Amino acid sequence: MVQAVNPSSESILDMESLTADVVARAVKAGATDAEAVVREGDEFSVNVRMGEVETLKESGSRGLGLRVFSGKRSATASTSDLTSDGIRQLVEGAMALVKVTEEDPFTGLPDREEFGTVAGDLHLYYDDVYSLDGKQRIEWARRAEAAALEADPRITNSDGGSFDAATGRMVLANSRGFVGGYRTSYAGVSAAPLAMDANGQMQRDGWWSSARSFAHLDSPEDVGKEAARRTLRRLGARRVATQRVPIVFSAEVARSLVGSVFEAASGDAIWRSASFLAGKLGESIAAANINIVDDHTMLLGSGAGGYGTSPFDGEGLPSRRTIVVENGVLQTYLLNTYTARKLGMKSTHNASRGLAGTPGVGCGNLYLEPGTLTPEEIIAQIPAGFYVTGLMGFGTNTVTGDYSRGATGLWIENGQLTHAVEEVTVAGNLAEMFKNVTAIGNDLVFRSSVASPTLRIDGMTVAGA
Amino acid sequence: MTNPAASPISSHKRYFFEKFGITERLLERCLGEALSAGGDYADLYFESVTATALGVDEQIVKSASQGTSAGCGVRVISGERTGYAYTDNLGPERLLHAARTAALIASGPAKQPVQGFTEAPNADLYPVPLGGYDLDLAARLELILRADRAARAFDSRVVQVRASYSEELRRVLIAGSDGAYASDTQPLCRLNVFVIAKDGAITTKGSAGGGGRAGLEQFTGSKSPEGLAREAARGAILQLGAVAAPAGEMEVVLGPGWPGILLHEAVGHGLEADFNRKKTSAFAGLIGQSVASSKVTVVDNGTIAGRRGSLNVDDEGSPTQETVLIEGGVLKGYLSDKLSSRLMGCANTGSGRRESYQSIPMPRMTNTYMLAGDDAPEDILRSVKRGLYAVNFGGGQVDITNGKFVFSASEAYLIEDGKITAPVRDATLIGNGPEALKYVSMVGNDLRLDEGIGTCGKDGQSVPVGVGMPTIKLDKMTVGGTGR
Repeated sequence: MVQAVNPSSESILDMESLTADVVARAVKAGATDAEAVVREGDEFSVNVRMGEVETLKESGSRGLGLRVFSGKRSATASTSDLTSDGIRQLVEGAMALVKVTEEDPFTGLPDREEFGTVAGDLHLYYDDVYSLDGKQRIEWARRAEAAALEADPRITNSDGGSFDAATGRMVLANSRGFVGGYRTSYAGVSAAPLAMDANGQMQRDGWWSSARSFAHLDSPEDVGKEAARRTLRRLGARRVATQRVPIVFSAEVARSLVGSVFEAASGDAIWRSASFLAGKLGESIAAANINIVDDHTMLLGSGAGGYGTSPFDGEGLPSRRTIVVENGVLQTYLLNTYTARKLGMKSTHNASRGLAGTPGVGCGNLYLEPGTLTPEEIIAQIPAGFYVTGLMGFGTNTVTGDYSRGATGLWIENGQLTHAVEEVTVAGNLAEMFKNVTAIGNDLVFRSSVASPTLRIDGMTVAGA
Repeated sequence: MTNPAASPISSHKRYFFEKFGITERLLERCLGEALSAGGDYADLYFESVTATALGVDEQIVKSASQGTSAGCGVRVISGERTGYAYTDNLGPERLLHAARTAALIASGPAKQPVQGFTEAPNADLYPVPLGGYDLDLAARLELILRADRAARAFDSRVVQVRASYSEELRRVLIAGSDGAYASDTQPLCRLNVFVIAKDGAITTKGSAGGGGRAGLEQFTGSKSPEGLAREAARGAILQLGAVAAPAGEMEVVLGPGWPGILLHEAVGHGLEADFNRKKTSAFAGLIGQSVASSKVTVVDNGTIAGRRGSLNVDDEGSPTQETVLIEGGVLKGYLSDKLSSRLMGCANTGSGRRESYQSIPMPRMTNTYMLAGDDAPEDILRSVKRGLYAVNFGGGQVDITNGKFVFSASEAYLIEDGKITAPVRDATLIGNGPEALKYVSMVGNDLRLDEGIGTCGKDGQSVPVGVGMPTIKLDKMTVGGTGR
């Protein structure tokens, strides 16, 4: 059943030599240093709605990004044209732009001795993601939706079920001798049903499973049933009065709080003082039982590499595991080469690299370590509170820490979940919220690169009617 | 640079013919291939984008970048089904391969012939540089250096300033099996200023931006580098003294311009035809019914010259238009593309848009705004006993199925006894789309469109949009602060 089926069967480029060639051409054109990245990917997706195929998409694309240095000046360029002519224009364009920029004493590639790649197979690529034929892929999408539609008579409509697969390949090379590359694969199945209550009120929710290997996906039936359960529990939602109560963030939404800590501890925010965590290195920023880890080398229980696993970072430094917060104390900032130099520190190998622009700071598998309580046990301890299962909007300010977002979920009364809640906000300040974490769940599951167990946070305000 | 003597259409088209060797014969062959398995309709969307960005940071021109991409998306519609394939290689073999891949959404013999192309006259909403695209980088650098200087000069508590300029030129060529044949060259630029202010232990941020589908001459007045820089710095300094935002339901006054994001979230998305065709929108079946106070009229207008959300033709080659969404509080119509208009029997409003050649088009907004009313803004504020006056916002989001929407205030003040008092910290406002505008009790005479900063996301696709509004008063809305 496992076989390599690559829909983009056109001439396979020797990506490593192409990338190295682009670097060499830039150096020949006068760059004192250069770095190139080539990405190639293909995707398949099908959405089935009310039992019929709605959209079906299949394609592939490539891209090339180049960063050039002229002493302490730098510029970047990218193109989708990988012909010899396209590459010539790319190099010329980048070299013309580098004359426009000014000297920045902190810019430049990492030092030679810093480069490297994690040894061994990180299990990032499985050729079985395209093992289903076209009809079977449609069937997976159809089954996920059907399981949701059949779950309950109140499920009356649907945004569909879907099946996706993708593979990608990237190569990074630079003028200081680094050349590295890796392949990745992805498969996913999802369902998004709508439910209607007796009053005609509609609710929509969804669920999905994704994996690097097709063999690691949950069944479409499991995905559809869970999507239905999550949709049905939103029926009858109402507002609650404005009040201050304990908030329980379910694991799926708590992960965004962990993401905010990462963002606030990222080098770019820190050197600008544009973060509520600036200057807090070595200080207590969270409750004493909180540990946050950023692991770029992790394998999942399935044996596959994590969603945030890679052999090297966006600048060619070997991936590593970094403890960000230990016993509530901020242990490190998250740095790429530039932000590390700005702060007089060493890179934590957190460079992220797209095709265009300069490297940013990105996380690997970022998670808050689990505690011992089940989510039910956490809820059982609360006389009145709000179990949040959905968040809306962009109300997170990592400069001031101010946090205010739309929320949906279930109301807690006497330790039990009662009715669904909607059209309310939850608000606080991230600096205080992490100190007010009073319970940590045991339910850490990696469904994407950022994960958290259920978290109880006290002292926040619910605004509603 | 514009050259009014040359016909814009032929020049847009000629670009693809000359640069990529596309011919009308090839377009017809691809469309024929796309319909070879029995599809009802097919179209080709050729796109070529050149983008340039410059950034000044810590008074140093630190970044300069450029990017080019080109590709073609082939779409085939068969009943309610859409097949889609794209390629970034515009050679005939790859185009025909993409057409054959998309064709497989249908199964059967070809039944629909390819119609002869009919080129509609293009509107001319934005200046189009002809020939090459040699940017005067020095003039663009000057804009961000001026912004940097002005922001630093604003207040000694401004400790970080970043200013950036970005510009893209998108060329499109669209050919449909129904004879649709359109081409366009769409410029878009933007100037942004980002400021950090610090006073003792308090650090705050402020930002401002502006732009549109026009040349550098647009960066004057409130959109001048100095105007935007002052606005960003003022916002950051103001936040240094902000108090906790209130929590709960209260009277809310929204200032003119960008707060029109309320309309985009509360009603705009819910009126996109695809959601209503599938009956997944809280607005489904409400045409002809009252969804807002009688003072509220909302339109979506893609035909305003130079605006960020405007287009001569949409991404299906249909001309854009002004569409009345709500008139005197009554829901009038949906925003539709070709697919939904055919399946629902409603008018195609020229709202079919896509992020790029890699994306399937769907109904989207252009510039969405509320028409002006009669009230003086001062009278509106004076009428409020206790409430919130919000004049600037970050992003917003809506759940179109239950209608709940949020948008986040980044500059807002308490109103006490008709007077603006303390600035408040960031807070999210939340409401219910089909209900919220029923509480609009006053509409100002000061309609303003935003400065050209909006980007709308739907199904993972981002497109530039505009919003606008006069000052309005909502008798109640929930404010998500932490204060009393």
